[in-house]
Amino acid sequence: MSEWELVIGLEVHAELATRTKIFCACPNQFGDEPNRNICPVCLGLPGSLPVLNRQVVELAIRLGEALHCAVQNSVFHRKNYFYPDMPKDYQISQYDQPIDVGGWLELPSGARIGITRAHMEEDTGKSTHLGGDGRIHGASASLVDYNRAGVPLLEIVSEPDIRSADEARSYVSELRAILVAAGVSDAKMEEGSMRVDANVSVRPRGSDTFGTRCEIKNLNSVRSVGRAIEYEERRQIELLDAGERIRQETRHWDEGDSRTHTLRVKEDADDYRYFFEPDLVPVEPSPEWLKSARAALPLLPAERRVRLAGPAGVSATDNAVVITVERAMDEIALAAIAAGGAPERVLVHIEHNLAVEGGEQIDPHALAALTRLEVAGGLTATQAKVVLAELVAGGGRGDPAAVAAARGFEAMDASALEAAVDAAIAADPDAWAKFCAGEQKAAGALVGAVMKTTKGQADGKAVTALLQRRRG
Amino acid sequence: MTDTAAAIAADVRAGRRRALDIVEEHLARIDSREHEIHAFNLVLADRARAAAAEIDRRVAAGDDPGPLAGVPVALKDNLCTRGVPTTCSSKILDGWCPPYDATVVQRLESAGAIAVGKTNLDEFAMGSSTENSAFGPTLNPHDSRRVAGGSSGGSAAAVAAGFAAVGLGSDTGGSIRLPASFCGVVGVKPTYGAVSRYGLVAFASSLDQIGPLTTTVADAAVVLDVIGGHDPMDSTSIPEGLPPVADGLGQGVRGLRIGIVSELCDGIASDVLARVDAAAAALEHAGAHIDKVSVPPVTYGLTAYYLIAPAEASSNLARYDGVRYGLRVDAPDTASMNAATRTAGFGDEVKRRIMLGTYALSAGYYEAYYGKALKVRRLIADAFAVAYQQFDLLLAPTAPTTAFACGSKADPLAMYMTDVCTIPSNLSGHPAISVPFGVGADGLPVGIQVLASPLGEPTMFRAAVALEEAR
Repeated sequence: MSEWELVIGLEVHAELATRTKIFCACPNQFGDEPNRNICPVCLGLPGSLPVLNRQVVELAIRLGEALHCAVQNSVFHRKNYFYPDMPKDYQISQYDQPIDVGGWLELPSGARIGITRAHMEEDTGKSTHLGGDGRIHGASASLVDYNRAGVPLLEIVSEPDIRSADEARSYVSELRAILVAAGVSDAKMEEGSMRVDANVSVRPRGSDTFGTRCEIKNLNSVRSVGRAIEYEERRQIELLDAGERIRQETRHWDEGDSRTHTLRVKEDADDYRYFFEPDLVPVEPSPEWLKSARAALPLLPAERRVRLAGPAGVSATDNAVVITVERAMDEIALAAIAAGGAPERVLVHIEHNLAVEGGEQIDPHALAALTRLEVAGGLTATQAKVVLAELVAGGGRGDPAAVAAARGFEAMDASALEAAVDAAIAADPDAWAKFCAGEQKAAGALVGAVMKTTKGQADGKAVTALLQRRRG
Repeated sequence: MTDTAAAIAADVRAGRRRALDIVEEHLARIDSREHEIHAFNLVLADRARAAAAEIDRRVAAGDDPGPLAGVPVALKDNLCTRGVPTTCSSKILDGWCPPYDATVVQRLESAGAIAVGKTNLDEFAMGSSTENSAFGPTLNPHDSRRVAGGSSGGSAAAVAAGFAAVGLGSDTGGSIRLPASFCGVVGVKPTYGAVSRYGLVAFASSLDQIGPLTTTVADAAVVLDVIGGHDPMDSTSIPEGLPPVADGLGQGVRGLRIGIVSELCDGIASDVLARVDAAAAALEHAGAHIDKVSVPPVTYGLTAYYLIAPAEASSNLARYDGVRYGLRVDAPDTASMNAATRTAGFGDEVKRRIMLGTYALSAGYYEAYYGKALKVRRLIADAFAVAYQQFDLLLAPTAPTTAFACGSKADPLAMYMTDVCTIPSNLSGHPAISVPFGVGADGLPVGIQVLASPLGEPTMFRAAVALEEAR
């Protein structure tokens, strides 16, 4: 165990799944032709004024409830800084009175990560730099698309409670699942509708003060969140082990060379000259509104894992359960189990064989029937996979027994299997010798030969078991 | 004396006079005197003629174009007008034409009013004399060696000179009432939130209000009724709207308790104070109870204002960066382009206030300056609330003096002092009206201010009528 402890806090920006932008009636839509979804308000033209979109508040309340936050009366502030893709050269955001404060998120492992706050704000436009290496420095011209300006965001800030790259991945996946389940955001990291910044520091294990942190930007997938943190952890520990100091800075994750690079050094805290936004009024949702938002909240992933774990006969932290809920196939699993399906086989199929296009259309009754055939010994795992693929290709419906029969899948009787194994050993004495000498890999060639001669009808597991028994 | 808005609208609606003739009369007056006054940044002669012809066509067809049918209006050039340049008297908005109309412009035009021009102002409404304009000063129609007052000097002068029956101005610290006082016209700063700010180019958002400048109190009431009321495009617009004002004008002041604010009479020229006394006597004669009242925190109003207004302005004016519209001075990188554009585009007073406001909001200074100013603002509103437990209305001078000579207040602080009597109403968000009430020792107009509690416009206007009748 390392003498260093990793400390991570994550800031997540989620674009809200509203019909219109946060302060005007322009469509909130990704991928349109540049500068189509704009008006005087989101362009910040002189004289224009913002009017808060009610649906933004509704979604902020919903997320607050989902993350066990206190949802409080809040106000907007202006965050002042110059940037060409920010139409007013200030961002309307929330500062010391955000809407959601003090909650937590429970990871599938059972660990709870504190949520400091979640606040509403507007997104900026998007710059494209021509010439040079695509950055603003050295560009010959810059173009700005303001379609994204005024798109509503929630910035969700975690406590520095995360202790490993795996936990960070798990946090991001879980938060994404919550955002999607609650209808707050489509949370597509690849389209930028969910963006993650990581604050990473290390400290001697057992210390209760924080080390100097670096903020890492440009994390575009769950995978890059984990990789960037792992890189940053190594970088910081190497520096500290060499007796050097960590410089507080903002770093950019480069997926190409798998490193973080200095973006800017924070010499002083940025001075954004926050002050109360005089063009808006305080947000004071009524108790009735809070109540109805709470009531509208669907079951969240953690609750769904628990709901599935019982009938499946495993714990809520079981990997297959986590994946099934993550893929939103827990309703199918529950229905299949209720229809008499074998729980373990149902989850195996969802985890391994239904992660394909159309997989979510599988009829739970067909799935249940399939697993019953397997358990009764009427189908091998390999055959079941083939039958399932055919059911999915046919729109998810059909009778597994009929499909299996049409394919000529029948359980082999034991003597036929023994004969096939004998033949395989005779045909490849080398492999048999190696296997007997304890080389487990050598079994592969023998099993493969049996599968070939039986045209896939044999159960791979049964063949392996038979070989083991023969070896003694 | 030129026609009132009420007289014009009555004649046009009844078909007694053509809107086109009225517009031509006003354009003729502009032709004869505009060169000595410089009220306008832009005269919209052809647009006004076309609008008048349309009004006449509608009247002929039996339509009623509305309560301001055929009334020529002068719009302060910080109000957005679709397709018509809106400059704020600044070089930085060079060439910019808004793609939309301000709510007040829309409402005026739907009531039959005709825009004859965009009027001069202190750049971005920052000033008290209309000398801080990138296009040169507006001069006082009563004496062209004197200032018109500001920042709505162009609209006040236009109304005083008969270029338009109605002017619209904006009032952040007195910018409607002060030029009204200097030019001898009526000027109203409504309750904050009574009139939509949508389309008013912001100076200090929490203080700005649009209001009318007219020759009579009754005209101001009609205009206020037209432009006021809730607007879903302005979040700070009062949901229940302003109660109608024009209907109750003639109810008199009998029994009203009116307090003269002692602190707002300190350091005021004696000839102006004499008019305040005369106004009090006139109101008393009309049946009001007059007394003195002390509202101590108003003496800190000026200081608080010159922190809050510049702080908001520093943020509101950040968008003039050369990226999207208006002036751009090219430079090798974005930050230098921003700086070069703003250096060339803004005048000295605007730069001074941007720097003041940026400083007041900076880390380490916020609490001492901006934070403290907000506390003073609250104290002033609370003190007014206490005064309104005893009084229905308050009375004060509008300005410390009559119109001063052009160029006589080169020191910014001396200029800032001009707003000392008007600023408290902006900080508290309360309404106030300036009514011409005689002249000072130099023979120039003196305005008297009537102040009221939030949405107290109907009562405020009754006292204003009483002053007008006693003049």
